[in-house]
Amino acid sequence: MPAIPRPFPNSASFAPANSASGFAPMSARRLYIFGGIALIAGGLLFGDVFAVFILHQNAARQGQALIAASRAVAAGNAAAVNEVFSHLGNVLEDRGTKVDAHVHMIDAGYLALLLALVQPYIALSRQTKKSLAALFIAGGVLLPLGIFLIHYVGLAGSPFSTIGWASVLADSAGGLLILVLIVQAWGFWQYLRSRQLSEPELPDPEPPDEDSMPRRALLTGGTILVLLGFLHGAYYAGTLLYEHEWMETAILQRLIGAATARNLDAATTEVNDFGSLAGARAVNIAAHSHIIEFGLLAMLLSFVQPFVFLSKKWKRRWVKVLLGGSVILPVFVLLELKFGLLAGGIADIGGLMVMVGLVGMLVGILRYSGGLDVAESAAGGAR
Amino acid sequence: MTGSRKLLIFGGMALAAFGMIYGLQYALFVEHQTLDRMGGSLAQSFTAAASRNLGQSQAALEQYGETKYDYVRQVDAHSHWIGLAMLMIVLGVIFERVNFSEGIRQMVAFSLLAGSALFPLAIILQTYHHGALVLKALAVVSSGLVIAALAATAWGFARSSTTA
Repeated sequence: MPAIPRPFPNSASFAPANSASGFAPMSARRLYIFGGIALIAGGLLFGDVFAVFILHQNAARQGQALIAASRAVAAGNAAAVNEVFSHLGNVLEDRGTKVDAHVHMIDAGYLALLLALVQPYIALSRQTKKSLAALFIAGGVLLPLGIFLIHYVGLAGSPFSTIGWASVLADSAGGLLILVLIVQAWGFWQYLRSRQLSEPELPDPEPPDEDSMPRRALLTGGTILVLLGFLHGAYYAGTLLYEHEWMETAILQRLIGAATARNLDAATTEVNDFGSLAGARAVNIAAHSHIIEFGLLAMLLSFVQPFVFLSKKWKRRWVKVLLGGSVILPVFVLLELKFGLLAGGIADIGGLMVMVGLVGMLVGILRYSGGLDVAESAAGGAR
Repeated sequence: MTGSRKLLIFGGMALAAFGMIYGLQYALFVEHQTLDRMGGSLAQSFTAAASRNLGQSQAALEQYGETKYDYVRQVDAHSHWIGLAMLMIVLGVIFERVNFSEGIRQMVAFSLLAGSALFPLAIILQTYHHGALVLKALAVVSSGLVIAALAATAWGFARSSTTA
């Protein structure tokens, strides 16, 4: 992957001060882009590890707990039921906090990329914007870390009755993100009043000397993915959501009835039905959220392509890998209902492809010579 | 910066901040208690069945169903507000490339903003009035508004590539 030995596209008026071999000083925009992509790649990696090593095992533990609960009901042992549910709550918390950590890490990454885009319209000093970017990335790391630790730290040493120290860390990090967003909104308000850009806008979408394929493919592909996700969500909400909610209570009712009648085979069948229903809900929601998030990611990455300093061939390659993975993951997550773990494995490979594409682009950003930063410094110095 | 872009970027940032503040207050003051109630009522339903108190078991199971109904919608509303806000900001950056007149672009941007604000609101209001048809209709119309606006945006991008 050779670095491209040319100045930053469409920035002829700003002479780049740093060579492509060096790592230019981080501006707020580059901090957001670099930190955002790293957060997204980290969140995807965590999600893939979770899906392969924890998700299915956790579902099996939930099923075992429900079977144990039905046996305890059949035996008329209320104390054993309480014990089982205490264990089940633990299993569900284990799963829930890991899903939340995965989602929040990726979403913080998206927001970081978004903030990179709107930096020219944030009328604050260069140093303030850089400090805000560092705070935002720190919050984006600490929020999922806090959520992840909730299951392991619990209420140990906490002065609160329901919130542990890990929750306090997560909530504080969330508060930090909100604070940064509010200051950015204030900076945007200042821009609307002054009408002066605080730094150059991102380069023209399609400069004549630039290969426009990666940008167009990411933008068009991203919009189509988001639209498909919306349509799938509307279909799910309209046809399956209420039915699934009704079925859950009905299955639990039948499960309790069978256990009370000491019909253990019927109870086991109901537990299996409950597991299938939970699986159906999970894959539909996962497919809906992943296809939209990958669409949004593709659109965001279309804007940062000028920062990806790779050859034309490699830029195109990473775009294809990323878009391919963005389609494979949600489609095969849906197919898990029909083809089971085989489809799940292919979906994981799709997630890996998105990650590889992201890391490839991240390498390109590391190789970026800093042309826009020079321009930004000039603008910042003039302020 | 055109009015449509301002509407999308400023509206998106405001909606994202609102969605986060809503999520934070929910996590701080409601979520833990809701999860406790949800797990507790399900456990109580099984415990009552073990004691052969089927009436209490049924009541606890119904409470579990209702609590979960509310919890799912609260979390969904929070994530949809933020997700749709992010989409608005992204589109705001490139909205000049939607090849319609500024008047139509403003209409599309307003539809996105209105749909993105109202759709999660309709979901949350359903937790206060379970199964209310008016709120279901509001959710359908507002989500339809977002889908139509996004389809119009995609069409605008496509027109741009053929006419530019």
